[in-house]
Amino acid sequence: MNLGMATITGDRLVHLAPVDLVIVVFYFVLVLAIGFYLKGRSNTGEDFFLAGREMTAWIAGLSFLSANLGALELMGWAAASYQYGILAAHWYWIGAIPAMLFLGLVMMPFYYISKTHSVPGYLKLRFGESSSVLSAVCFAFMTVLMSGINMYAMALVMKVVLGWDINFSIWVSSLTVAIYVTLGGLRSAIFNEVLQFILIWAGALVIPVMGLIEAGGWKALQLKVAQNASVEYTHLWSTLGSFKDNPMGIHWTGIVFGLGFVISFAYWTTDFLVVQRVLAAKDLRAAKMAPIIGAAFKMFVPFIVILPGLLGLAVLPVKLTGEAVAVATGGHSYNEVLPLMLARYCGPGLLGLGITALIAGFMSGMAGNVSAFSTVWTYDIYKALIKKKATDAHYVLMGRWSTILGVLISIGTAYLVMSFLSIMDYVQALFSFFVAPLFGTVILGMLWKRATAAGGFWGLLAGTVSSVGMWAWVKFDPTALRYVALSANAKDMAENMYRALWSWIICVVVTVVVSMATKPKPDSELVGLVYGATEIPSEAEVPLYHKPVFWAVVVTIVFIALNIIFW
Amino acid sequence: MRSDGSISIWFFIGVSLLVNGVLIFGAGLYQLSHPPAVKVVLYDYHANVWWGGVLLIIGLLYCLRYNPKRA
Repeated sequence: MNLGMATITGDRLVHLAPVDLVIVVFYFVLVLAIGFYLKGRSNTGEDFFLAGREMTAWIAGLSFLSANLGALELMGWAAASYQYGILAAHWYWIGAIPAMLFLGLVMMPFYYISKTHSVPGYLKLRFGESSSVLSAVCFAFMTVLMSGINMYAMALVMKVVLGWDINFSIWVSSLTVAIYVTLGGLRSAIFNEVLQFILIWAGALVIPVMGLIEAGGWKALQLKVAQNASVEYTHLWSTLGSFKDNPMGIHWTGIVFGLGFVISFAYWTTDFLVVQRVLAAKDLRAAKMAPIIGAAFKMFVPFIVILPGLLGLAVLPVKLTGEAVAVATGGHSYNEVLPLMLARYCGPGLLGLGITALIAGFMSGMAGNVSAFSTVWTYDIYKALIKKKATDAHYVLMGRWSTILGVLISIGTAYLVMSFLSIMDYVQALFSFFVAPLFGTVILGMLWKRATAAGGFWGLLAGTVSSVGMWAWVKFDPTALRYVALSANAKDMAENMYRALWSWIICVVVTVVVSMATKPKPDSELVGLVYGATEIPSEAEVPLYHKPVFWAVVVTIVFIALNIIFW
Repeated sequence: MRSDGSISIWFFIGVSLLVNGVLIFGAGLYQLSHPPAVKVVLYDYHANVWWGGVLLIIGLLYCLRYNPKRA
């Protein structure tokens, strides 16, 4: 099939030239070299698990964003924008920016001043061991499973796009991550994530630039998308008045409250995978600035993810379909839109860089998962439940072994998913069960002195159990969707958002009710943990352009402008 | 990040951009002299020449600016 691309062949989407392979191999050599270089700088627990707490705001901020910018994120959201239009950009704007700014300005002081090494670590200080262990076990379990699922999905992409053997992709990429994280700990993961962030942009930026040239600019692109799909595909808010008026089947309340508030705040402020990067900042101001820098870059990620999907709608000569139809007809699926666009514009060299960007995205996500797993396992499970008193060197060794263990479990999960594909849906749902209630527990712990240990634990448990319950209810009785998602027309994404919202509300209500019935900790035990009991260092003497709040306002103005421009 | 004479992450990034820039720029120049039989869309813009050149220049600047020997 000739799609106007030079390199598409029958058994694979693209065929790499020797120079492309050199670029991919050079990337692997460089990330391993960084791991070996940093080997000697991860001897203490603080070095291995928190990168010595010496990262600048820029390094921590880019790493914070890069850990989230996985290959599946890139390809998945490009596919979503082909399928649903510009609505997919909500996950980058209202579904990220307010939460990232809130993390930087409001929550970071408590995470940082408490000197915690993890989010479960904060819960231990604030609510005690029961809440901490519950969240640590759920997080550790889910993070390696998710890592394995992503690993399998990425290997599948490499098979479809490049014709690479699935086993080869799984083992080479995961062993590379295992080596550099085991050797250099979080510092090595962060170094490589920053490198990967730059490579992702370097490799992906060509597509929107060339695509806009081919389409004839944004206005011409809008017209072509309206002809090939629908006029609603290029509007961000104006179609959200009704579930039926937009391709995603969602209402603005779901986007604003479900995504913009609960899901987004839960992920960006309590998922340890991303928060760990900010905890490695060198001081409080750097820790506050890091998420704000991350937010500034996050706002422009749609340029390399969402825009290629829209461009695919406008310029690709074939119609992409869902995975099942594509398999049945031998056509191309939505998920292939980014590689198709890559092959459309990128000749030898650029193609290698684009593929390297995808591999880099995958490895940054996996390194984030295993380094977070290693920390939570070592400090919040092993140290809390198995060996309370051991030397720092012992815990570092455990951290290295648990990194390898995390990678091996991920590989095992990847093979499990290969045999039982439906596991993927269940695990992704499970992950969503836990995150929204956790946000309720953490935010009440930080902002409300009256919240008690019992309130925190029972609220977290009730929120999680209710989330599972709602999911099972709809699974066994699809008509329940009208109650959970407020409409029988709601689609999967809308259901996820409303379920998250309800589970968060249940967590908060139970936490408040149980807290009011139990005895709170005295203020003296809440210093450094709770608003009103913690003295936040003043920034009165800091010049305006060095103040995190100043840059947060700048980001907010650009964020509002983008939403109005694409209304 | 740079402390106690160690190599900055920005130097590693400079090396990466420089090597990738040289390879992509070189591949673009080769294509100018040996045009492929089947061409990518907008081939006449020679994206690999100008984008490879941009990466090469940025990489070179970063390598020079963050060269560990200058620390």
